Amino acid sequence: MFRDRAKSAPRHGPEQKAAPGSGAALASGQVYSRRSHGLAEFFQCLGNQPGLSVLDWAGASQANVNFITSLGSRLYSEDFYQLLEMHFGPGDWYRAQQDPARAERFLAFTLEFAPGSFDGALLWDMLEYLAPPLLEAVLARLKKIVKPGGYLLAIFHADEHVELVPVYHYRISGPDSLLLSLRAMRTPAQLFNNRGIERLFRDAQALKFFLTRDHLREVIVRR
Amino acid sequence: MWKRRDEELSAKAASPPAPEPVREPQPPAPVKPSEPELPRGVAAIGKSVKIKGQIFSREDLYLDGEIEGTVEVPEHRLTVGPHGRLQASVKAREVVVLGSVNGNVEASEKIDIRKEARLVGDIKTGRIMIEDGAYFKGSIDIVREQAKPQAPQQPARAAAPATQAAPVPQAASVAANSPGEPKR
Repeated sequence: MFRDRAKSAPRHGPEQKAAPGSGAALASGQVYSRRSHGLAEFFQCLGNQPGLSVLDWAGASQANVNFITSLGSRLYSEDFYQLLEMHFGPGDWYRAQQDPARAERFLAFTLEFAPGSFDGALLWDMLEYLAPPLLEAVLARLKKIVKPGGYLLAIFHADEHVELVPVYHYRISGPDSLLLSLRAMRTPAQLFNNRGIERLFRDAQALKFFLTRDHLREVIVRR
Repeated sequence: MWKRRDEELSAKAASPPAPEPVREPQPPAPVKPSEPELPRGVAAIGKSVKIKGQIFSREDLYLDGEIEGTVEVPEHRLTVGPHGRLQASVKAREVVVLGSVNGNVEASEKIDIRKEARLVGDIKTGRIMIEDGAYFKGSIDIVREQAKPQAPQQPARAAAPATQAAPVPQAASVAANSPGEPKR
């Protein structure tokens, strides 16, 4: 579906090479629906028992709040992208992320939780917007705050040769469906192939990949 | 009656055109106040007020100033206005946030976080509404109302509706102590 749209719609500019079929040509604010087997698997893995704690980096939205709390889970909501903008923008994000003092302040503000606070975390595609040193620090914190045996859902762009990728608002519209709306186009800090993702989560108990038709890799990570 | 009026009209049409009557300047249309109007029966703290301490209210409360401490409106609605800046833990039956709240919020019935609002803290509530554009950082605990256990069969007298309100711990409507500059 996205592939067709991208074919027919104009590119943003001659110098911008955007992810084909991944929503590069979507207008800001427009909403698209997509199936997400990763999401379905994530909640299936978490199980049905009430009282689970879920960290959601998509930012508070009625849809996500309703869906997660209707499962009886406790939601911790965080607009991770907005926090990145707040702490490292404007200007060169990735250079700012390499400043240890700023990175430390960001971590303290964003990921300061007791060990094992969460049973699961919805990271969406946020790991792609972290420069390598900060990415390592964030993953180390996640490892601490997500319980052993807990699950992460992360999304990665499958095309490794793009310069710009779409940053989305992720809204959960059903057990296996998402509503995506474009919030920005951004150069990612780094893009990962399967091997890169495996290296990223080398300490994980298990990884499960879902390659989707819209050139996004959904990955379930068992902590 | 209608006939006479018709005659008058035709007479007027026949006569030379009268000069345009000078219109009196109209008073300017009333300008809508930018501030939301408060319904009656709502206690209000204006945007130029700063309070440091405890606020307890037994009626609906509208806060548009700066508050540091605790706010309790156990049986009623608390509205944090667009200029309201709360550095406080909040307990109310219903909370509507249009401004900024930094602190934990407990709303026994519901919380409504409007566009442009900013809430940093943990929420415990029965229902939550978040408009797109609101900023929220914290946890959300939805407290499901427990099904009340079936009371044992009582005589008819006890079955009459009880209308007496639950006792309220304090009598003060709005109590603020030690006013001063909040930390900012």
